[in-house]
Amino acid sequence: MKFKLIVSLIVAFIFTFTGGYLAATGVLDIFSGQKGTIRIAGGTAHIPVMKEAAMRIMKINPDIKITVAGGGSGVGVKQVGEGLVDIGNTGRKATADEIRRYGLVLHKFAVDGIAVIVNPKNHVIQLTKKQIEDIFAGNVKKWSDLGWKDRSINVYTRDASSGTRKVFWKKALNKGEITQKANFVKSNGAMKSAISVDPYGIGYVSIGHLDNTVVAAAIDGISPTLESVQDGKYTIARGLYMNTKGHPSGLTKHFIDYILSKEGQQIVNAKGFMAVR
Amino acid sequence: MKRYSEKLVEAGFFFSAAVSASITFFILLFMIVFSLPLFKGGHVFQVLRLGWDPYEGTFGVLPMIVGTGIIASLALVFAAPFGVGCSALISVFSRRGFGRFLRKIVEFMTGIPTVIYGFIAIFLLVPFIREIFEKGTGMCVLSAAIMLALLILPTIVLFLSDAFDGVPQEYLNAADVLGASPCQKLIHVIIPSSWRMITSGMILAAGRAVGDTLISLMIAGNALQIPGALSDSARTLTAHIALVMAADYESPEFKCIFVCGLILFVFSLFIVQGMRMLGAGKVGEKR
Repeated sequence: MKFKLIVSLIVAFIFTFTGGYLAATGVLDIFSGQKGTIRIAGGTAHIPVMKEAAMRIMKINPDIKITVAGGGSGVGVKQVGEGLVDIGNTGRKATADEIRRYGLVLHKFAVDGIAVIVNPKNHVIQLTKKQIEDIFAGNVKKWSDLGWKDRSINVYTRDASSGTRKVFWKKALNKGEITQKANFVKSNGAMKSAISVDPYGIGYVSIGHLDNTVVAAAIDGISPTLESVQDGKYTIARGLYMNTKGHPSGLTKHFIDYILSKEGQQIVNAKGFMAVR
Repeated sequence: MKRYSEKLVEAGFFFSAAVSASITFFILLFMIVFSLPLFKGGHVFQVLRLGWDPYEGTFGVLPMIVGTGIIASLALVFAAPFGVGCSALISVFSRRGFGRFLRKIVEFMTGIPTVIYGFIAIFLLVPFIREIFEKGTGMCVLSAAIMLALLILPTIVLFLSDAFDGVPQEYLNAADVLGASPCQKLIHVIIPSSWRMITSGMILAAGRAVGDTLISLMIAGNALQIPGALSDSARTLTAHIALVMAADYESPEFKCIFVCGLILFVFSLFIVQGMRMLGAGKVGEKR
């Protein structure tokens, strides 16, 4: 009995060391031997990148727990400002007022475009900026006005705390109004699923969320892709930020460093955003 | 000794009753205190009237009040006849076999989380409604009301079948002796004598319909307009609170939430009072 215990202890000992050694390679080694939690909330465009990074970190070190929640940029600022989370994500630059009130420090880690999306069944995949303004303002009400079926256009938008909405409103709609008839959805993911099931819908998402369930419309002949955002041809773009209350320390700092490292920026690229480093 | 322990138990019950009653009271107080700044500034009429456009500085929740009223009452109108029918089947027409099976199903339905109803509706009901109207998104007043009706149906059925079961056997025997068919028994004996319970069940159901957030948030479309047709998308007060909750604490949007909460409170107060008056009147007539 005693012998067995000693053997299993030795085996455990060896495993811990070799395991620790094997994991301690690459950029992730700053996390080895660490313990604790990182809480992340806010912008919903960020979620794919955050989840992937969190998964890689937690895989090599199960002692670290990273939680990733959505809520929108407004929630990101509010929760990090009140100390409810360690990192508050925003899909827009925090306002001067927010930075001052909460003492935020901004960490820009990616550049993202915002695409106008329609259902794959829709034939209208080329739009002008003027047409987009008119559609979202409710001046153009029927798809037949754009050369498709005689069905009404269903406009989808996001709630006021969305960073995606704020940037889209500013850069695509020139701060024009959004019709009162617009349907509201609560995240980039919800927007995509709403449009993917509504043949007559139109909405907007972060380009990192694009896949084959929706079609991104070309605006003035330019499709929203990583390349067109990168060379500045596609202008509805924005930075993605992680925000911390004061300068980050400990695990939170390691996490941000990791996202900004070569490997982290590769994740950013793989998820359809433009790396900043 | 026994007396002493009884007193203790009594005190314990009194304490828990007082706590639950005072929580309701404190919530009301809390909401009044927090919406006070808006009342003081004379903005309240603005809140009750104008449209919601934070960028323009207008914070009216009238569309949401109307939306809540329409969706909840439609749901009740849809659910009530089905509820009465189901419970009649369970407690009067088929007390064994199928009725019992139905009751088991209804009991199971109470445990289904609302998010699942919402989720299923997005994939099954919403596209169907969209194609029927050939207009709008399918996320509309009608879809939300149908799903809400489904949500409150178990409440109504369980309440009503209990009420029907509680009708004194002598009444039923008397009706049998007079040669009444089950249908006549239901209409002339069972429903009138359980009227008060029926109204209580409806109050509970209406409360759930007004208070439910997820279904209207997911499938009513949340548009900021006063719905003019069944196919129009609308926003309820609860969905509005959920959507605005993310705003900055300091912003006027956020302060509006408390007014919305207060309105919801008043809403349910009116429902309860109205239904009670309805129930009381009928009972006086019959007994």
